[in-house]
Amino acid sequence: MTRFSALSLFTKAFGGHQNWPAQWPDAAPKPAYDAIIVGGGGHGLGAAYYLAKKYGINNVAVLEKGWIGGGNTGRNTTIIRSNYLYDESAHLYDHAVKLWDGLSQELNYNIMYSKRGVMMLAHNVHDVQSLQRHINANRLNGVDNEWLTPEEAKAYCPPLNISPDARHPVLGAALQRRGGTARHDSVAWGYARAAAALGVDIIQNCAVTGIRRGADGAVEGVETTRGYIASKRVGVSAAGNTSVIMQMAGLDFPLESYPLQALVSEPIKPTFPCVVMSNTVHAYMSQSDKGELVIGAGTDQYVSYSQRGALHIVEHTLAAICEIFPIYRRMRMLRTWGGIVDVTPDRSPILGKTPVQGLYVNCGWGTGGFKATPGAGDLLAYTMAKDEPHRINAPFNLDRFRNGRLIDEAAAAAVAH
Amino acid sequence: MILIHCPYCDEKRPEIEFANAGQAHIARPLDPSGQSDAEWETYLFIRANPRGRHHERWRHVHGCGRFFNAVRDTVTDKFETTYKAGEPRR
Repeated sequence: MTRFSALSLFTKAFGGHQNWPAQWPDAAPKPAYDAIIVGGGGHGLGAAYYLAKKYGINNVAVLEKGWIGGGNTGRNTTIIRSNYLYDESAHLYDHAVKLWDGLSQELNYNIMYSKRGVMMLAHNVHDVQSLQRHINANRLNGVDNEWLTPEEAKAYCPPLNISPDARHPVLGAALQRRGGTARHDSVAWGYARAAAALGVDIIQNCAVTGIRRGADGAVEGVETTRGYIASKRVGVSAAGNTSVIMQMAGLDFPLESYPLQALVSEPIKPTFPCVVMSNTVHAYMSQSDKGELVIGAGTDQYVSYSQRGALHIVEHTLAAICEIFPIYRRMRMLRTWGGIVDVTPDRSPILGKTPVQGLYVNCGWGTGGFKATPGAGDLLAYTMAKDEPHRINAPFNLDRFRNGRLIDEAAAAAVAH
Repeated sequence: MILIHCPYCDEKRPEIEFANAGQAHIARPLDPSGQSDAEWETYLFIRANPRGRHHERWRHVHGCGRFFNAVRDTVTDKFETTYKAGEPRR
């Protein structure tokens, strides 16, 4: 692996950038591995990296049915924050935010983590009370979050319309300054490159078609479109397709998969300095380094694996964006797309062991998985290496739907994540 | 936008007139106090979520207001059929 540095960039520039080696090999599957990760998104690649880096398991394969980072990792709106209400969630998401810090240096790969701040708007009295409750809960958990008056919000994000006769009046905002964005493709590539350097095989175009179990019920390996691969540890990190994979092991999961849409505008000069989210009117936006406004819309109302959503969902979001940020009314949208998100009944993830020995799961991140990428990868790796969950992900077990210890962020975080 | 056939109105109408109401044919337990935790978990939380043919409930909320059932492919989003509530599973 060529180590990236100012010097390597400088030297290669003199050669016209012709001689950069492949960043990681496109591996073919071996007959057996110590651990297999199903799903080559940021979460899965992160898990493989941390298995090799922190937990001493290097003989690992990541199986991806398409190309790495081509699912929800490359389809989200790249928002990073940890201002969740409940203690369990705050610890989980803040574990990830702490790992985002310094990740570029650790991976020797620029993931462009930008702590530009995530501001959540309050449009009515309920929003004010709810966001202030979040701020108080967050600060008790050591997660930064602060209240801004409408004028302070406008100063932080000048395109904001705080006129009292606005369609969606701004009564205040909650600002998490450590929140921000990162370049999502780089996250997948950075983890893939760093994992491959530690011996992990990144295997693309390899869909899992079955899970083979022994007489005692424990996992023995997986059937794939590229043949059988043996492993006593299999971690599934397949987002919207998790239910399908779990069915192969005979497990029914409390998940439903929905298309979630996002869109980008034509690129313009920097005008929008932070991330703004409005859960009540369901719109959130930031500006990418390329200059596009990156806008998140909602989920469709029905279960689907189609990776595209209905136009009226996008229209609803754009109507809200035009009211909150009137200066963008005449902009044109360039692209829209959808990703399939797996949603749990309490809108919190499932991260831990399953009833099948040797089968681990990281799923249910719903509409907000990107922000958790390093944390989810680390905790899935820990759980697979030790065969028990870390105390941070222990509450996010599958048993909570039976014993009733739900972590009900559904009511706490409204819609947008 | 998908068009949905309401079996009561007997018309194809745009999706925004309808509200999806989740998986169909989930029967409420007849003896709630006799259910185990596992049975409650299945009833409340476990869902089919298939990649392909899916049975689901819809409500024609901005039309006749009635619930009905549908069979839809979750990969193409195409409706195979819709039928009135109470009719057997198709």
